[in-house]
Amino acid sequence: MAPPPHRRPGFSRRAQYGLFATYVVAIAGTVVAALLLTISVVDPTGFSRLRTLGTEVTAPVARVLSKARQSTQAVTHSISAYINAASKNETLEKELKASRNALIEVQALRVENDRLRSLLNLSDGDMQQVAVGRLISSTASSTRRVATLSIGRNFGVERAQPVRGPAGLIGRVIETGPTTARVLLVTDSENLVPVMRASDGLPAFSAGLGNGLVLIKPLNLGESPFKVGDIIITSGNGGLYGANIPFARVIRQTSDGALGLPFADPANTPYAIVMKPYLEEARAEQQMLAPDGKTKEVAE
Amino acid sequence: MKIPVSAIRLPTRPGREYESRFDREQSLLKMLAIPMASVILASMVTTLPVFSAGPLLPPFGLLMFLSWRLMRPGLLPIWSGVPFGLMDDLFSGQPFGSAGLLWSLAMLIVEIIDSRAVWRDYLQDWLIAALLITAVLLGGWWIAGIAHAAPEPIVLFPQIILSILLYPLVVRICARLDRWRLAT
Repeated sequence: MAPPPHRRPGFSRRAQYGLFATYVVAIAGTVVAALLLTISVVDPTGFSRLRTLGTEVTAPVARVLSKARQSTQAVTHSISAYINAASKNETLEKELKASRNALIEVQALRVENDRLRSLLNLSDGDMQQVAVGRLISSTASSTRRVATLSIGRNFGVERAQPVRGPAGLIGRVIETGPTTARVLLVTDSENLVPVMRASDGLPAFSAGLGNGLVLIKPLNLGESPFKVGDIIITSGNGGLYGANIPFARVIRQTSDGALGLPFADPANTPYAIVMKPYLEEARAEQQMLAPDGKTKEVAE
Repeated sequence: MKIPVSAIRLPTRPGREYESRFDREQSLLKMLAIPMASVILASMVTTLPVFSAGPLLPPFGLLMFLSWRLMRPGLLPIWSGVPFGLMDDLFSGQPFGSAGLLWSLAMLIVEIIDSRAVWRDYLQDWLIAALLITAVLLGGWWIAGIAHAAPEPIVLFPQIILSILLYPLVVRICARLDRWRLAT
């Protein structure tokens, strides 16, 4: 459709000024938006209140829909359980017998481990859980990988608390509202996680790639020591994420590291557990000594 | 209290379809509220429980905004990119102000194109929308990269293609809404 001929408003002074004013307002508005953007780049937490408000307003709908989504998933799951039920049952029984034996061995090892630790006077970080919620939405159209959690300050959720699911690490809390919180997923490029290889404790760092995968880089330089299928767990370094949380599986080797697929899939995790930061006191002490208030520990 | 059957009267007003069709007025509220509400609701789509590994969900707010602008020039004022964009920023996860700036620039560009190419057909509008969608998504990626660590731009590729292909659908939704908006 051709635009209406408002560009030539004729001899009316009023219409001419009115047209001019809309252009002035448009340019001024663009400049204001650019200023707001500059502010939010310099201080990413600045507009978190507004964003939280937006999330809080839309959270009820997201809550209801996410419940519906989960129940439909449950229905399809229980229907598919009937397919090949007999052979599945047989293999599961075999697996159960094998894992029962393994479980008993693990129990014995745990007792021995506790005894040895108490001999050494090792203190361990405790992974206390703060609250359990669900992920109700994510920023699916932005390059940032942030999800919304169904619980917020009402359940004691605070910034910089790690979040994990039953399958593995999900991310950490970056903003809290009264009844919702925003979680920076491990697949975001900004989320660095200290990890190690489960088999030999090889230390490494993980950074998100923004496409559902993480890049795992070993601390030692040189050729990549990873193999496809290696299991990566968190190492607990840095005192934020707890130790030994399942993290990712290596799916491809790169020249200086590996690509990993996180175990916890935000789309599929039935619940998300918010935990206290691992070694909270040590972390607070270290922040006191060397305040990284200036270097800000990732605001958004 | 019992109401006698004879006291129950049919409503005096006949059904709308039997009313006179002359001299009906369009509802001003509908004419103004439908475009605004549709763009804002389309921006809110990201708050639905949709989880994707990468940025895959098309920016429905932007698609709706562009299709209103290209389908009905002169309906949205030139400065409307700023308020709609800032509204979108609340839900998109981008740094606040990013869509405010980019949508407003897109609006100004369409304004310039309008003064050059007055009579356009649908395919040309689609081309303009495709270029603007690509530019806004890449701009959003660049802005997110200033504020935070950003991934490689290649992750945007599927989203750009999907958004361009979905534009015709959004224009059709817009056209249906427009018919409802202007119905008397």
